[in-house]
Amino acid sequence: MNKSITIQVCMGTGGMAAGGSEVLDAFESLMREKNIPAEFKKECSMHKVGCRGLCARDVLVDVIADNRRTIYQYIKPEMVERIVDEHIVGGNPVSEWQVDEDYHKFHEKQVKVVLSDCGNIDPEDINAYMAVDGYKAVEKVFASMTPEEVIDMIKKSGLRGRGGAGFPTGVKWEACRKAEAGQKYIICNADEGDPGAFMDRAVIEGNPHAVIEGMIIGAYAIGASKGYVYIRAEYPLAVERLKKAINVSRERGFLGKNIFGKGFDFDIKIKLGAGAFVCGEETALIASIEGQRGMPRAKPPFPVHRGLWGKPTVINNVETLANIPYIIKKGHEWFSSYGTEKSKGTKVFALTGKIKNSGLIEVPMGITLREIIYDIGGGIENEKALKAVQTGGPSGGCITTGMLDINMDYESLAKVGSIVGSGGMIVLDEDDCMVNVAKYFLQFTQSESCGKCVPCRIGTKRLLEIMDRITKGAGRQGDIELLEKLSNDIKAASLCGLGQTAPNPVLSTIKYFREEYEAHLQGKCPAKACNELLTYHIIEEFCKGCGACLRACPAGAITGEKKKPHTIAPEICIKCGACFDVCKFKAVGKE
Amino acid sequence: MGMKKLKVTIDGKTIEVPENTTVLDAARMLDIQIPTLCHHPKLTPFGGCRLCIVEIKGIPRPVTSCTTPASDGMEVTTSSPQMEDLRKTVLELILSDHPNDCMVCEKAGDCTLQELAYFYGIRENRFAGERRIYEKKDGNPFLERDMEKCILCGRCVKVCDEVQGVGAIDFTYRGFKSKICPPYEKDLNCEFCGQCVAVCPTGALTGKQWSLRGRQKDIKEIDTICPYCGTGCNITLHVRRNDVVRITSREDTWNEGWLCVKGRFGYKFINSPDRLKKPLIRITPKKDTGNRGYGDTEKNFTHSPIHPFTVSSNFREVSWNEALDYIAERLNDIKSKHGADAIGGLSSARCTNEENYLFQKFMRAAVGTNNVDHCARL
Ligand SMILES: Cc1cc2nc3c(=O)[nH]c(=O)nc-3n(C[C@H](O)[C@H](O)[C@H](O)COP(=O)(O)O)c2cc1C
Ligand code: SF4
Ligand code: SF4
Ligand code: SF4
Ligand code: SF4
Ligand code: SF4
Ligand code: FES
Ligand code: FES
Repeated sequence: MNKSITIQVCMGTGGMAAGGSEVLDAFESLMREKNIPAEFKKECSMHKVGCRGLCARDVLVDVIADNRRTIYQYIKPEMVERIVDEHIVGGNPVSEWQVDEDYHKFHEKQVKVVLSDCGNIDPEDINAYMAVDGYKAVEKVFASMTPEEVIDMIKKSGLRGRGGAGFPTGVKWEACRKAEAGQKYIICNADEGDPGAFMDRAVIEGNPHAVIEGMIIGAYAIGASKGYVYIRAEYPLAVERLKKAINVSRERGFLGKNIFGKGFDFDIKIKLGAGAFVCGEETALIASIEGQRGMPRAKPPFPVHRGLWGKPTVINNVETLANIPYIIKKGHEWFSSYGTEKSKGTKVFALTGKIKNSGLIEVPMGITLREIIYDIGGGIENEKALKAVQTGGPSGGCITTGMLDINMDYESLAKVGSIVGSGGMIVLDEDDCMVNVAKYFLQFTQSESCGKCVPCRIGTKRLLEIMDRITKGAGRQGDIELLEKLSNDIKAASLCGLGQTAPNPVLSTIKYFREEYEAHLQGKCPAKACNELLTYHIIEEFCKGCGACLRACPAGAITGEKKKPHTIAPEICIKCGACFDVCKFKAVGKE
Repeated sequence: MGMKKLKVTIDGKTIEVPENTTVLDAARMLDIQIPTLCHHPKLTPFGGCRLCIVEIKGIPRPVTSCTTPASDGMEVTTSSPQMEDLRKTVLELILSDHPNDCMVCEKAGDCTLQELAYFYGIRENRFAGERRIYEKKDGNPFLERDMEKCILCGRCVKVCDEVQGVGAIDFTYRGFKSKICPPYEKDLNCEFCGQCVAVCPTGALTGKQWSLRGRQKDIKEIDTICPYCGTGCNITLHVRRNDVVRITSREDTWNEGWLCVKGRFGYKFINSPDRLKKPLIRITPKKDTGNRGYGDTEKNFTHSPIHPFTVSSNFREVSWNEALDYIAERLNDIKSKHGADAIGGLSSARCTNEENYLFQKFMRAAVGTNNVDHCARL
């Protein structure tokens, strides 16, 4: 029997969805019920941890016995008993439930700074955070650093904002420090509205105290006595953990009046957002906190000069702030040893789409896309061919297979017409139609436009209409040029970042996949994804006349006698694809 | 306090402006025209229509002149092929979501959008597409809202909030479906001051009573003072063939163009057949109950099918002299029979301060009573 044992159950959103709390309950009750020596029970601890990246394999359970970590995947409550019996009591790990080599490869090339404690500590236990040197950075700052020294250190680290624009954090803080005002604010932007992005959520769910600590340091540096976390209400778990963390942090004296007896007051409030993408834009976010409709306003003046309630305000992204304690503790040289010349440190990405191992990853800036896709992500799903990778979500662009050796940093991505953005990364394969992909993002930005300015409100609608007709085979000659013209005008004339970047997916897919657009104008979708452009037919020599398609067709377009090849009447077919899906003999063709 | 002056160069012309002057205002000081739709000089900047974009040396992208504060040494170009091209795109986009309705639109001839479409020569539209279609539903007798013509410039929202302090309307929905309306799309229920109508640059907001009474042709504008209250707002009557068809107020007057519901919409009385134009004296009722005037019981009037206060068989039209003589006689009569305190005077909020002063003086010095009040309970 082992001496000291720690059981960690993933209870990030992925873990919870897969039944994480039931698994943890099962461990707890089995350990109670089983006839296990009390002495041994004392040595055994169980706790939840935040997301560790590969949510698809949840519930992930780590059993650390005698400093040896065994990781189990796809654990269900009913599997717990065997783990307890064989591994915990018996000392023999259950080998067939352990993670495979893919899991380890997924983590091998990652460098974890922001996520270093995430997935390892209990996010709801401040002692767990303090056990890994949590709040040591605040302590150090208050004991030995002036605000100017803090700012200097952050500037030297080269940390740039992780919310999208990549603005140097130290420079932003310095501008706010210098602004003269009785009251200043610091806001943590946890709105995270890009479709497919879950980086910030994971950080808050997995290690909320790091964000709080980063905010305290930021507040001290700029001279703010009040802070807000603007977080979307659709993140209930993150909100709950953050609330708890703020309360405990206040009880321990890290928040509130006269922190560390240094005469510095700072406290944090949570403001729930209603889930509008545009409320992630800093001026819209400020309006929303002030109780107004979340609509951006023109800059200048910038928030560091006139922000929340007209007072100097720093807004930073969750990941930006979560980096701060680690930089303070380990030094700016350590931080800037990762990354490229202008993009320092690491970046968290949400790797999704047609990739084998989709999940949350943290990599050093400048890593190549090839390493991310093939080493970390394990390559493309179902052995299909990679077509492109969309970075930066709806504001970004695509990177093609010819550019796989591109370094993932701010400058290199900008050069090819994409962005790092907040860290969304969607992998597309041969079945994805690039026109359709761009249309999807445009649908999102159009419906999320705040409606304030004409180019964005009406312009993106017109782009979408043109894209729509192209994917439906009604595209007109000159449409591609019209898309380019309108896209460029929208970018130039829109008020905020939403409109200024909304046409990027269109422009970048035209740039790299113009022939796909042209094919659509000729009535063909090369990826066979645009239904309206497809025709379904039955390949005579494969058809066994089983009648499955005939029964499946809701339009009654298929006729044929039993055991004889069937036929589809194209004028009746509504192109639903039901026959294609149902035929076991691959006798239904589409093109 | 010495105001800092900033030197700005716009289209090659240089001007010194005080701090916090916008680029747009600086340009206007130089008489340089920049097209605008959402800007209103009395409201906080919005920056939504994007027509006022200009190029500023050192800033990589066009910026809106209505929102950008001028800074010392700034060099601005207001017109270039690229700027004009962007403006044209923006206008075309607005018009692609606008009913082609100028022919019968109340606002034609006085519409900023129409004027800009004219200046930019927009006939064809590259971006023709879906248009917002809305049902009209205004139960009130004052405002007509045609939100299909609304360009979402936000002026009405701002004026209602910043000037009127009411906040009856705001932006709702997102994206192409964005719309200005009262909460939950309910019918408008507000002060009906019409401030929003006054600032709307298009035909989206108009006065119900204006409808089909004439637009620009044959309309004379006559400046006068609102007769309703002692505030004395400046108003301009729009008169067509001796018929007041609309009332507006000039922005350069002391009330800055703002009016209340009465001044803006309460002009029907002018040509009303019910309007009193001469003094009337009541014919002594058939049965004298010893009471006189309004306190009289209704039965005195039961034979009259029309309202008791209108010219009817109960009243006799008289000259002002006769009327005043009659009043003097009756007042003296009452005073001598019952004493001065049997008389009370109620003057009108529609009178000026001076008139009200004279009235109380008359009551106190001539009649000899302190029973004096007025109806300024507005
Ligand atoms: C449409 C739009 C949405 C945005 N959404 C977010 C968001 O969800 N989270 C975020 O941190 N920043 C978002 N941003 C960027 C913010 O405006 C701001 O630049 C950022 O929060 C600054 O923090 P940083 O310097 O730490 O990156 C968004 C920007 C735009 C234009
Ligand atoms: S660009 Fe779009 S989201 Fe931004 S202010 Fe304009 S309408 Fe609103
Ligand atoms: S609002 Fe102006 S542009 Fe629109 S129909 Fe009326 S007059 Fe024409
Ligand atoms: S009429 Fe006056 S109160 Fe009513 S919406 Fe317009 S501005 Fe507001
Ligand atoms: S109703 Fe008129 S003032 Fe109000 S937003 Fe629309 S166009 Fe502008
Ligand atoms: S009634 Fe209204 S519009 Fe007329 S003077 Fe008074 S406040 Fe002005
Ligand atoms: S939530 Fe469990 S790994 Fe992401
Ligand atoms: S006038 Fe400046 S944006 Fe409309």
